[in-house]
Amino acid sequence: MALRQEIGEIRAMIARHKRWDMAFALLGLLALMVGVLTFAALFTQMAIEGAARLSWDFFTSFPSRRAAQAGILSAWIGSVMVMIVTAATAVPLGVGAGIYLEEYAPKNWVTDLIEINVTNLAGVPSIIYGLLALGLFVYQFGFGQSVLSAGLTLGLLILPVVIVATREAIRSIPGVIREGAMALGATRWQTTADHIVPYSLPGILTGVIIGMSRAIGETAPVITIGALTFIAFLPPSPVQAEPPFLNFEWLLSGFTVMPIQMFNWTSRPDAAFHANAAAAGLVLVVMTLSMNALAIYIRYRLRKNIKW
Amino acid sequence: MVTVAQTETAASREAKPAPLKAASVNLNFYYGAFHALKNISMPLHDKRVTALIGPSGCGKSTYLRCFNRMHDLYPGNRYEGEIRLYPDDTNLLHPDVDPIEVRMRVSMVFQKPNPFPKSIYENVAYGLRVRNVNRRSVLDDKVEAALRGAALWEEVKDRLNDLAFNLSGGQQQRLCIARALATEPEILLFDEPTSALDPIATASIEELIGELKTRLTILIVTHNMQQAARVSDYTAYMYLGELIEFDVTDTIFIKPKHKATEDYITGRFG
Repeated sequence: MALRQEIGEIRAMIARHKRWDMAFALLGLLALMVGVLTFAALFTQMAIEGAARLSWDFFTSFPSRRAAQAGILSAWIGSVMVMIVTAATAVPLGVGAGIYLEEYAPKNWVTDLIEINVTNLAGVPSIIYGLLALGLFVYQFGFGQSVLSAGLTLGLLILPVVIVATREAIRSIPGVIREGAMALGATRWQTTADHIVPYSLPGILTGVIIGMSRAIGETAPVITIGALTFIAFLPPSPVQAEPPFLNFEWLLSGFTVMPIQMFNWTSRPDAAFHANAAAAGLVLVVMTLSMNALAIYIRYRLRKNIKW
Repeated sequence: MVTVAQTETAASREAKPAPLKAASVNLNFYYGAFHALKNISMPLHDKRVTALIGPSGCGKSTYLRCFNRMHDLYPGNRYEGEIRLYPDDTNLLHPDVDPIEVRMRVSMVFQKPNPFPKSIYENVAYGLRVRNVNRRSVLDDKVEAALRGAALWEEVKDRLNDLAFNLSGGQQQRLCIARALATEPEILLFDEPTSALDPIATASIEELIGELKTRLTILIVTHNMQQAARVSDYTAYMYLGELIEFDVTDTIFIKPKHKATEDYITGRFG
């Protein structure tokens, strides 16, 4: 029985082995903290710098040459309008493309090629989208340096995110559900409209919101297509009192967005503007986080009824 | 357990078989290059239960899924030969016959209960909605009739708007049967309908199959030979994609003609 060890030896060996557990746990914790603490430090500094500037007036004032009177009215309204166009572009195109690829496209090399390229598109630097949009939307289509151009650009930018999220949501639906619907005589479209889309909605919405929260912070492509850095007017209101009640002039209006307003303020020498930038940054982070929170909530609510 | 009454009906059936509801004629099926069904010719008698038995991978489910053209959903699948559906003598596999038309006439119950994540009512109503039946009063009547037909009505009549997922496994499978029944199919296919269920739920499904055959023709795949013996009028034994033997169930289980069938049934093989 040469193999049998003394109990003391076994214990010593286990203790030696367990040191590696401890070592890795520490290393992992360190890795985690580098990220979390850096973000916390950044956020705290921004909060300290900017908190004093946060007031009702900050949201309802246009930018100004005097830092104390400057606000983010045109920036947040611009961001909201651009996001509306972004969503209106990315959702139908992305969800449609995703559904087509999963449910309709024949499985051949052309489809494979398209799939690979969609995934690659997600990795294209955002400034490239900006250049494309400058040539295509701003000049070729003549949309100008407008809300419409910016919304379309950011829509294209998050299209791959929406497509991939749609496809993954559809793939998580078990095949027997699709077969069950088809076995009752449903066509592909009836199956898609009555089952595939409703059951993949939580995943699709999550993907859309994650994409939007990326788009709201994008700066490079919006600068490329020529967003204004100082803007003291609002685009025309989309709703009006007299018929036809809707007005689409806002689409072609000049605009600015939150990150550009921040960029503008941080590049000023006057420290008072830096406080404005920090406050605007706080607002932007809160906007992004609340969009992500909404995504989590929607997923939780809608998935409660769907368990495979 | 074979009662006197059952042997008598089996004997009289042998003398004068039920009319044909469908028949496969030299049916071959290919998954890409794989030849999964080889020259299968077999009748399906009207308002009778026909059971398909055989070891895993013998092609029973593949054969069953030819009857509602389920294989058309996936690329690379190919049929040869015919499945003739009577009384109109339509070849279900003919390229000009739309698979959706076939599925309107031949319905299916799957191995695992697969209710939709909708209410009990909407699950049963779905096949009708697909057929553009949307009037509430008509739907109400047909949903009730289908649930009664699947012996589920008494258990769910007070909670038709509950989610189908809240039902037990056996109830879910009966819901899937109700969903298939609501569209009044001519043939109902069962693909191992009780393999995911406990013995009590299995017994209730088997009892249900016995009641259903007064109204429609049933083709059932089963892994369980006792189940085939209990529920079916005819039994087919398949092996490696071939039909080894088809006969009245009692004959298959009491004195099969082929040694291979006997070996399988007595448990010497498979």
